[in-house]
Amino acid sequence: MPKTYYDPADLRKFGKITEWSEELGNKFFDYYSKVFEEGALTAREKSLIALAVAHTEQCPYCIDAYTKDGLQRGVTKEEMMEAIHVGAAIKSGATLVHGVQMMNKVNKLDG
Amino acid sequence: MQKLKTQSLHKQESELAVANKQLEILSTGIFKSGELPTFKNKISETGQFPLQAKKLEILQINVGYMCNQVCEHCHVDAGPDRKEIMTQETMQQILDVIKTTGAHTLDLTGGAPEMNPNFRWFVKEASKIGVKDFIVRSNLTIIRANKKYHDLPEFFKKHNIHVVSSMPHWTRGKTDKQRGEGVFDMSIKALQELNAVGYGIPGSDLKLDLVYNPSGAFLPGDQMSMEKDFKKALLEDFSIQFHNLFAITNLPIARFLDYLIASENYEDYMYSLVEAYNPTAVQNVMCTNTLSVSWDGYLFDCDFNQMLELPVNSKSKHISEYKTELLEGRNIIISQHCYGCTAGAGSSCQGSVA
Repeated sequence: MPKTYYDPADLRKFGKITEWSEELGNKFFDYYSKVFEEGALTAREKSLIALAVAHTEQCPYCIDAYTKDGLQRGVTKEEMMEAIHVGAAIKSGATLVHGVQMMNKVNKLDG
Repeated sequence: MQKLKTQSLHKQESELAVANKQLEILSTGIFKSGELPTFKNKISETGQFPLQAKKLEILQINVGYMCNQVCEHCHVDAGPDRKEIMTQETMQQILDVIKTTGAHTLDLTGGAPEMNPNFRWFVKEASKIGVKDFIVRSNLTIIRANKKYHDLPEFFKKHNIHVVSSMPHWTRGKTDKQRGEGVFDMSIKALQELNAVGYGIPGSDLKLDLVYNPSGAFLPGDQMSMEKDFKKALLEDFSIQFHNLFAITNLPIARFLDYLIASENYEDYMYSLVEAYNPTAVQNVMCTNTLSVSWDGYLFDCDFNQMLELPVNSKSKHISEYKTELLEGRNIIISQHCYGCTAGAGSSCQGSVA
């Protein structure tokens, strides 16, 4: 067993999850590939969304995968960093908007 | 981040300048241990081994390895320090063969083909033969490199040359990283000059195509989407037009192999190529309808095999002894670098094949 939780080489084995649950695994991968097809959004736009979400989810496999995917699609490093800032802004906004709940509670208990 | 090279691997006396060393790397490690299948085993799975040459359609001539650039990923290991240049005598032998082959495309490459002192003579003579598609792979910067090359756009136009030029990205940073400082600005200027004489304009017979190959250890994206992005950016930013974009995969040989190993990307890259293997692309790989001629007149299945010093498997090994009946149906020489031409939508000097 490796001594770390994450091994970059494990990303290549992602497809093997079907071996222990074939039907569900296949359904997931069918869905997954359908989602990333060109649709109302371009595949390039979807790749940038995926990169931002990969960061908010802090998934190292997804970060590796969608950085490479972006490069393959000609996405620039400036575009990648801006996408991550969108994710970061939503993450921090989601924290701060709960401040209103705190303010409501303070006002109710001690207003 | 790798520092841009200013010398070829040959000049540096790098061990990777030796073709056998490259072939050894491609045949050992993950391929010897069975972690990844060899190309021979992979194509055998779908009954496509051995690959065989069909009717010759494209004659690709490498007129020399000398170049004004030292691109990071050059599979030719070309540069100003390379002295291998095709002689007029070899060119004459090629002209004699072109008349008899019936090949519809003549494709001149290098190095920078324009640096061969007999380049213009060869173009004039070859254009008289009347092949349907006469390509010159121009690196663009050569047009601006020296006063004696400034008239190339007019020269190309006069001989109805189909210009095919490399452009790794529509941004300065990514282009200069791969091809050298200042290359982007010079390439843009050269493209504008080609446009000015009529090249690349929609509906124009003066064909101007661009070649995109990735600037790092990743595969090219979808050719059509890339073409759309390139066209939009080059038109908006620089008023440049071109006809088609060819997306070409970097093959793991010469300087790109050196880069993959030095940046510790070699195994991942080979995995990407094997995972993206597409049996449909195998049916249309360029080696089955192309013949590559080296600066000294020897025959190869493709420009990559030329660089790996893997000559054709035929008794007809040199342009001076060219015989269609000995070359058609020959078995193509393969190794693991061939995965580069069968990944995804496939890759050839004319872009995607599947």
